Amino acid sequence: MSSQGRSAGPSHKTVELGVTLAIALFGIIVIAGSVKAGINWGAEGPRAGFFPFYVGLFIVAASAMNFRNALREDDGGLFAEWTQLRQVMSVVVPTAIYVGALPFTGLYLASMIFIAWFMRWLGKYGWLTVAAVAIGMPVVTYLIFERWFMVPLPKGPVEEWLGL
Amino acid sequence: MEELANLFHGFAVALQPFNIMVMILGIVLGVIIGVLPGLGGANGVAILLPLTFSMPPTSAIIMLSCIYWGALFGGAITSILFNIPGEPWSVATTFDGYPMAQQGKAGEALTAAFTSSFVGALFAVVMITLVAPLVASFALQFGPAEKFAVYFLAFCSFVGLSKEPPFKTIAAMMIGFALAAVGLDSITGQLRLTFGITELLNGFDFLIAVIGLFGIGEILLTMEEGLSFRGGNAKINLRVVLHTWKEMPAYWLTSLRSCLIGCWMGITPAGATPASFMSYGIAKRLSKRGKKFGHGEIEGVVAPETAAHAAGTAALLPMLSLGVPGSPTAAVLLGGLLIWGLQPGPMLFVEQKEFVWGLIASMYLGNLAGLLVVLTCVPVFAAILRIPFSIIAPLILVLCAIGAYSVHSSTFDVVLMLVFGVLGYLFKKCGYPLAPLVLAIVLGDKAEEAFRQSLLGSQGSLAVFFSNGLVGTIMALGLIALFWSVIQEGYNRLRTVTA
Repeated sequence: MSSQGRSAGPSHKTVELGVTLAIALFGIIVIAGSVKAGINWGAEGPRAGFFPFYVGLFIVAASAMNFRNALREDDGGLFAEWTQLRQVMSVVVPTAIYVGALPFTGLYLASMIFIAWFMRWLGKYGWLTVAAVAIGMPVVTYLIFERWFMVPLPKGPVEEWLGL
Repeated sequence: MEELANLFHGFAVALQPFNIMVMILGIVLGVIIGVLPGLGGANGVAILLPLTFSMPPTSAIIMLSCIYWGALFGGAITSILFNIPGEPWSVATTFDGYPMAQQGKAGEALTAAFTSSFVGALFAVVMITLVAPLVASFALQFGPAEKFAVYFLAFCSFVGLSKEPPFKTIAAMMIGFALAAVGLDSITGQLRLTFGITELLNGFDFLIAVIGLFGIGEILLTMEEGLSFRGGNAKINLRVVLHTWKEMPAYWLTSLRSCLIGCWMGITPAGATPASFMSYGIAKRLSKRGKKFGHGEIEGVVAPETAAHAAGTAALLPMLSLGVPGSPTAAVLLGGLLIWGLQPGPMLFVEQKEFVWGLIASMYLGNLAGLLVVLTCVPVFAAILRIPFSIIAPLILVLCAIGAYSVHSSTFDVVLMLVFGVLGYLFKKCGYPLAPLVLAIVLGDKAEEAFRQSLLGSQGSLAVFFSNGLVGTIMALGLIALFWSVIQEGYNRLRTVTA
């Protein structure tokens, strides 16, 4: 199936096995954390790790079953094509940068750049449209959230300089 | 008839000018949310929840529940006009709704869908009015063991009734429980599972998870599919509406059956999606015109829409009376109650009469307002879908970030949101259901508390969960639900052997 050409990509089975292993690993972390918190009975009854310990066990056990099922059922299908995954990454990567920049730039500046980048790069819009949406949305957000409903949003140096 | 008096008092509350305004606002926002890709009932309500922090709780719940009704209505628009189910429960609506639109009968299909939604919701609200107070007063006698048994039943129903493989459902659910356990242990006051990371002290907020899993995850899925929206035109005028309404009474039996299916599936946390499929399937089998289903049969729109809306509404019954939400959106509403300082569960009917009955009254009014809004404004909402995805997507992503930030005014939560988003994408692609994960994060602490308190009373013996008729029955029902697929398979095998 996974020959060269346009329809190449990671097989569904590979990704599914990977996800299952990651979940199992998460379960093991939960078990380890629970053991550290104490899984037996203390003076005040079951201790803090008692419940999550069994939850962790369930996660590992269920993952084992899922792993077995995933190994058995192989329809040879693709998880997604590389071009599709590139599309997905073209959202994930800029969003990650946006999220990472938020604490430093504040919400408004970061959002403007993010929206503008997205529209210009992926949508190929003219600068006028880009500017209208990229500036309009944060302004509307400011009015609705901070003015009317008084929900404070993260601000950076630009907002401070503007005295907002 | 104390309930009737309460209900009238509730109408007086819901009809205050501010509450009516909030109601209409909620409906309009809800329909927009239901129409947009990446925004649905659950994450839409979660994002807008911070806006209600400064409102009185009754107005807040009216607005949020109306967003929910709006989203339920909105799902039908995209299914019928664009063949894109905005919400999973409107998938079954596309089967006959989209063919109708292609035949130029979009107006009829939409009218039928909206009217059926309204009928289903009305049926469920009447049921809530009559049944919820009884359930609540019954549940007042519950001890910790009974409480845990109810949670147990709720989660087992997920395993038994969902389409996804049972072990994946269990894995997703347990991840939710584990995430809920992170942070301060409410009973011993001890820290756990934080691994020295200070940001994890307060644990994971399920609102962040909802916004990430459903919102960001959905956007990523849409990106992968590279959707371009092409669809029919929506024209609804009074003539079409009246003409369709004249036809609808002929399907009263389908309607009633779908209402019952919807209410039943809505109360058990299986939810609206299986209800709509089940209702469609049964209507197809029993209808005289069943063979024509899938080619634009109006009955094929009536059945799933009625059931989905009845189920979506009925999901609020266990949320109000037991504190166990029947759907992710109901879970978000329950989260709202906690933030406004209300304790969900049976005591709500005793201590917060105005709140409960104001909400119930607003369900009647909100659904009526919703019907009017969608019937009159369909072209406007359909136009929203024509806005290209490369404009909509960054706006929705920014909105999600704002929503995630404003829950606790924390930028760390925004990072978590993105992590949950990628998880949501992977989980959805690999067939892990998200609803039980979210519900487990919401109910995890409460379920654990009930579990540990029951064990404390019994000195650690699990027999406490079968110590009296009531708790034993609920637990037994839970076990039946848990092994439902196995039981069904066994029954089928038995039948083929004897036949």
